Amino acid sequence: MRDIFKIALLFSTIRLATPLLLASLGGLWSERSGVINIALEGLLLAGAFTAAVVTHFLHNPWLGLTAAILAGMATALVHAFVCITCKADQVVSGMAINILFLGLPALLSGAFFDSTGATPQIPKGQLLPIAPIVMAFALVPITWYVLNRTRFGLRLRAVGENPEAADTAGIRVEAVRYAGVILSGALAAIGGAYLSIGQSSLFTRNMSAGRGFIALAALIFGKWRPVQTMLACLLFGLAEAVTIQMQGVTPIPVEFIQMIPYVLTIVVLAGFIGLSRPPRALGLPYEKKR
Amino acid sequence: MKLLRQLIYPLLAVAAAFLVGSIFILLIGDDPIETYSLLIGSALSWPDGIGYTLFYATPLIFTGLAVAVAFRCGLLNIGAEGQLIAAAFATAWAGITFAGLPAWLLIPLCCLAAMGTGAVWAGVPGVLRARFGAHEVITTIMMNFIAVALASYFTQYHYKKEGDAILETVPIGESGHIARFGKFLPGFPERIPLNLAFVLALVACVLVWIFLWRTRWGYEIRATGANPAAAAYGGISTARQIILAMAVSGGLAGMVGIGEVLGYRYRYYDGFSAGYGFTGIAVALLGRNHPVGVLLAALLFGAFLRGALFVDIFTEHVSKDLVLVLQGVIILFVASEALFRGRAARLERGKV
Amino acid sequence: MIELRNITKRFGNVLANDRVSLKVEPGTIHAIVGENGAGKSTAMRIAYGFYSADDGEILVDGVAQRIASPQDAISRHIGMVHQHFMLVETMTVAENIVLGAEPGSAAALDLKGAEAQVRRLSEELGLAVDPRAPISELSVGQQQRVELLKALYRQARLLILDEPTAVLTPQEVAELFAILRRMREQGKTIVIITHKLSEVLELSDDVTVMRDGKVVGPPLKTKDTNAAELARLMVGRDVLLRVEKKPAQPGATVLEVRDLSVTAPDRTRRLDGVSFTVRAGEIVGVAGVEGNGQTELIEALAGLVPAARSGGAIRLGGDDISGLDARQRKERGIAHIPEDRHRRGLLLDFDLAENSILGVQRSRPVAVGPGGVWLDEAAIHERAERIVHDFDVRPPNIALPARSLSGGNQQKLIIGRELDLHPRLLLVAQPTRGVDIGAIEFIHRQIIALRDGGCAVLLVSAELEEVTALADRLLVLHQGKIVREVDPARTTTAEIGLLMAGGAPA
Repeated sequence: MRDIFKIALLFSTIRLATPLLLASLGGLWSERSGVINIALEGLLLAGAFTAAVVTHFLHNPWLGLTAAILAGMATALVHAFVCITCKADQVVSGMAINILFLGLPALLSGAFFDSTGATPQIPKGQLLPIAPIVMAFALVPITWYVLNRTRFGLRLRAVGENPEAADTAGIRVEAVRYAGVILSGALAAIGGAYLSIGQSSLFTRNMSAGRGFIALAALIFGKWRPVQTMLACLLFGLAEAVTIQMQGVTPIPVEFIQMIPYVLTIVVLAGFIGLSRPPRALGLPYEKKR
Repeated sequence: MKLLRQLIYPLLAVAAAFLVGSIFILLIGDDPIETYSLLIGSALSWPDGIGYTLFYATPLIFTGLAVAVAFRCGLLNIGAEGQLIAAAFATAWAGITFAGLPAWLLIPLCCLAAMGTGAVWAGVPGVLRARFGAHEVITTIMMNFIAVALASYFTQYHYKKEGDAILETVPIGESGHIARFGKFLPGFPERIPLNLAFVLALVACVLVWIFLWRTRWGYEIRATGANPAAAAYGGISTARQIILAMAVSGGLAGMVGIGEVLGYRYRYYDGFSAGYGFTGIAVALLGRNHPVGVLLAALLFGAFLRGALFVDIFTEHVSKDLVLVLQGVIILFVASEALFRGRAARLERGKV
Repeated sequence: MIELRNITKRFGNVLANDRVSLKVEPGTIHAIVGENGAGKSTAMRIAYGFYSADDGEILVDGVAQRIASPQDAISRHIGMVHQHFMLVETMTVAENIVLGAEPGSAAALDLKGAEAQVRRLSEELGLAVDPRAPISELSVGQQQRVELLKALYRQARLLILDEPTAVLTPQEVAELFAILRRMREQGKTIVIITHKLSEVLELSDDVTVMRDGKVVGPPLKTKDTNAAELARLMVGRDVLLRVEKKPAQPGATVLEVRDLSVTAPDRTRRLDGVSFTVRAGEIVGVAGVEGNGQTELIEALAGLVPAARSGGAIRLGGDDISGLDARQRKERGIAHIPEDRHRRGLLLDFDLAENSILGVQRSRPVAVGPGGVWLDEAAIHERAERIVHDFDVRPPNIALPARSLSGGNQQKLIIGRELDLHPRLLLVAQPTRGVDIGAIEFIHRQIIALRDGGCAVLLVSAELEEVTALADRLLVLHQGKIVREVDPARTTTAEIGLLMAGGAPA
């Protein structure tokens, strides 16, 4: 009996960590290139909405997932343009995208489906409950390899640490950053798709419920490195899983249990940020005198 | 001339947002011009339109000022939402707990509860930033979630009227009510919830301007935001300014609770905030982090909130979420200003 | 090898290069000399494609070429070692060297191959560096070698070095020069940007002098010229640096420092048990290669180093002030002209009036009312106008943002602000860095006048000529320690140079 309980908890942890992990790995690509990505929340929503709508109309979750990835990339492109080309404040741009994607899916689904912001139910056979989980965890070693053992990874790290040095070495700083941010949109959108056509079977208003921010916290906790970030995501996933299992079992009100990941994030940030050094050029647009 | 130059870009950003918005309106099969005339028209009618516009603008002035003060110190307070929720609950708590007190005592007490709670809620991330370097953007977001959870917990388990299906507290003492405009403005119906908190918001604009540009606190906060190393050189404790700026910012955000609880609902109502804290970021940005700009931007977004309800009801497909889309696009355009500015500057230089 | 023809470049209102033309012959070492701000670096950054010229053309091997990016320059075998090294600190030597031109396929970096190539290159020139070491663990001299290797790895035939000796000890300079000569023997062409005449004379074959964005005088062969002629061309008149001053009349001890130590945030020791005194009416100079603890010394005295990272006793007029913060020290009469005016000294986006009160924002007459909460606009304006007038800050408009002023005028504003405090002790670092000649003389006169008025002055400058000319006593700092105190009037530059390198002359 207890073993079943433990195994259930393990699976639940992995399921709950999956969207966080995908969003975190996405954030990693953007932030290691030097662009803060607080838009993860909006990217999750963009992915979740697109996946649900496309799957609903085309009855194929793989097409839904593909469409979600494209939507995530397009949204990330906006963030990249505003941050890299317009040299805007990156946190502000990210928040704008979050607000935009709080409104846009609701506006569109309200019109398409005559609802208050939700899409219709998708039949069980057209969901992807496993594939995104596999993708998320497979992406951890892939991310490590690309970051540390390929030309693109080396250049991306250089651009995030010292863009001027990269520039003088003949690297096109802005192009590499665009690539990093767009990649982050693709990954976060897979996370979003998992929310709507994996974990559940429809898109609901604001269904990411702050996971984008938790993912960002996990990324910081994981020191912007793939394996540590995965562990941080599993930790947050575990906290959420325990929350769910404790509901009704303990006399502690559900509100307090819900707070655990948030409090944990603050504690983690306050206690560990000193040891966690962000990429040196993070948040700084590359200003070049011409 | 200088004023015009300050205004021109924000106006362009708003116009561009309308343009982008109309693409979406067309996409979902409505008429943009009709939708926008509904949006603006319903916000400018007398007395209901203007009354409600000012009513909705009130919390946005507070949150806009809150974000602006933090921004002047180089901090991004994304937690105004949580601060105003915690503060509104505290206001109601004070109004319920000390219901028997006379108005001259209870109202100031409730106001203090609002500002104090907001200040503490923002002060915690301030201290975490100043002492441990924890980035305020993430910690304030986390504090938002915590505020929502705590306020709904206390409302649900300790302050709800038994059998009430709605998640709201019992009413506050009547001596804690502040006057609605209808009470003293002839011809203005009292059903419109515009109340004295709007006057308080105007006063807050003036006070924030004095604070930032006429006191050494403001000078030290702005110096810290402009160049922390130079501020330290000038004998300024940047850690203290960070905490001070966050506390003032939170106090301002907390003042939303005054209008909502003492002037409108007379109780804490779960989920009362229509994202005022987040809209405050747009308000501050559009208003260039200056009290006058914040006031103007808050009026605009207030009108949006008012008009959105009409759009929701009277158009075929467009919902009030249109306003969120407009907000997001406005922020994106205002944030991208540097690009266009640089371009304009380059063009000017090209001419000479 | 490379020729610039009528290169013109503007930054905003500043004409950085005005029809600059110069020709570098293959296989030579060509020096470009000039004072700070003369436009040397700008011209060479244009040659490297880092800036784009507004007008003019570049010829490589006699053919006009468009060099629009560093990439273009690299493909034409031009390499550049910047004054501030362009290295990624978290990455290894090999990673830095191959960055942008990586061996192996796009999907699999050949880091082993890279390391081997780096080893081979470094052996060719006798430059010992471990390819696997992270940059953050290397000394400044070693980092410079990595920069050289970076250029050579890209098969540079023309190598541009921007102020390569600024951060080196005399010994490291000698080693660098030996390397450069060896490279010349191997057929490379070298352009060296410098403002030190001795280096020009020692190393170069040809020399181009720049002043105010223009090339002055005809192309010169180094062997046909001399220091006096170059100095005259550089400055536009005969004398480079001569400071008129009376002998010092030192009074009572104002500053007494005992065993002062400072550690950096990374726990390395930057200042190690330094003890000295400064008396009223004297200027004590601190000489040393940059990065040997000068910054830390001044900041520790100004109260800008957290107590947790500093140790030792600091006494001002006999009182222990080591526990006081920056503001309290300022109130006790310590003025501070920081080494980096943009980083420390100014709020660039604030207007001159607001900048003029930085540091006194809590004192009368600027701050009034209970607790000094209110800022008195009239008093601020009066103070700002006084400083702008007395110190000849131009343009004299206190409503302008500090950013809009030239470097010299920004520095005059800071000096005016600090001297307006009527200090007992002045801490001054790099007072004339990036400042035009006219302002340099003005600033020097102000410092001497302050001394003659009975103020104690502690002066740090990377310009050896400046410290020796101004100082009455000179402390030589090496690796965080005072290696000796010398009388600047009776010590040669060579002797001081040797002390700066940690050597001890007889």
